[in-house]
Amino acid sequence: MSELGRFNYLKVILEKGPIILLIVSVLNEFDFNYLNLKYFSFNFPFILIYYWSLKRSGSVGYGLIFLSGLLNDVVIGLPIGLSALSYLLICGFSAYLRNITLRPSLIKDWFFFGLAILVVNSISYVIASLFFGFEINYPNVLVNILFTFLFYIIFSNIFDYYHRLVFGALNA
Amino acid sequence: MQPSRDDFVIAVRSAFLKKENKQKFSLIALILLTITILTLGKFNFKAVDYLKISLKEVAYRSSFIVSVPENLVKDFYQKTKTHFSIYDENIQLKKDLKKQLSKSYNIEFILAENKRLKETIDDLDYFSDEIVAKVLLDKKSPFLQSVIVNKGSKDRVKIGMAVLDGDYLVGKVVDVTYSTARILLLTDLNSKIPVDILPNNIKSILSGTGQENGIIQYVKIENVIENQSKVFTSGAGDIFKPGIPVGEISKKIGSSELNVNFYSDFSQLRFVKLVLYKKEEN
Repeated sequence: MSELGRFNYLKVILEKGPIILLIVSVLNEFDFNYLNLKYFSFNFPFILIYYWSLKRSGSVGYGLIFLSGLLNDVVIGLPIGLSALSYLLICGFSAYLRNITLRPSLIKDWFFFGLAILVVNSISYVIASLFFGFEINYPNVLVNILFTFLFYIIFSNIFDYYHRLVFGALNA
Repeated sequence: MQPSRDDFVIAVRSAFLKKENKQKFSLIALILLTITILTLGKFNFKAVDYLKISLKEVAYRSSFIVSVPENLVKDFYQKTKTHFSIYDENIQLKKDLKKQLSKSYNIEFILAENKRLKETIDDLDYFSDEIVAKVLLDKKSPFLQSVIVNKGSKDRVKIGMAVLDGDYLVGKVVDVTYSTARILLLTDLNSKIPVDILPNNIKSILSGTGQENGIIQYVKIENVIENQSKVFTSGAGDIFKPGIPVGEISKKIGSSELNVNFYSDFSQLRFVKLVLYKKEEN
């Protein structure tokens, strides 16, 4: 009985895995600064939010995504609400794609993700520079977008595996 | 064409307005709430300030705990890296130590002489309150190059305090909460500090680049500044005291840009000194 209870406990944690990972990633920021790689950075929360909103909308609640955006702003030092807006817009893009897609394919998801991060980053950088007067290092931003786009494929495969393990077969 | 346009509108409406299964909020409601927070934050609305302060207190502490595993990996990586270069470094350090020892005798004499001369001309002297703080977070984004330290207003940290790594300037305090403070590093694009470039004693502004180095701006006579000239704070504007070492000039061949290599390695900050300089009349 106790083993069964422990098993259920583990299952609940695994089901909440995406949202736990999101909160940990915004608090921790996997930035790899210590490697001193000059032109390398990517936005892991964007990948995570897009993938899980697209494949299993219920596993990451919009309210928690909003909260994690606020936490990210506080940790990074951005105007409060900016990351939350970006994250919610990413959710909007993935919800739209989910509504119009009959036969999902990884390549379509990937290219739509590219479009989504370009639009969302443009909006947030316009707000940051025009509304809040931030100076922006554009090469860094472009590199960040490029690596986020490229890494989607890798993380998508990892998340697919996790999805099959925890929630069963994918609809896609 | 009409049906496809309708499909688009329906899909967008469904994505943003409809509250989905297992979702407690609709997307558009949260987006509107975020825009409201952003707008009110821009005008320093009090409720948003309180929200910001409470989130900061929670996030900085939680972030420090969550970052523990990553910091262990980071430390392990740094230690391994330094082990490979330890033998060559030791030989170089012995040579440097000999040079520095001879220099330090001269410096002691010059300091004493300088103090005596200042007293003679009745000049201002500086004294400082120092607070040693531990770096909790060093998160860098395309927007901000800053670190969070574990001392705040309860430890009498104030906005504008100079932040030193050893004797070298690394930034200044830009935001203070009850138990933490944010330090804007010299590498940040928004960082601008008045500096003196020696030996020619040229006054200028050192600006961050968002990269590892800084850049000298607003100098008319760039050719006078030589490679490896030393950069110190000038004390203009009474932000910092004059003479805090910052870095040295690095000129690339064929380029008019005056880059500054900082003495301190900003990716390795563990403990820093927060210093408030006050003028003291002799």
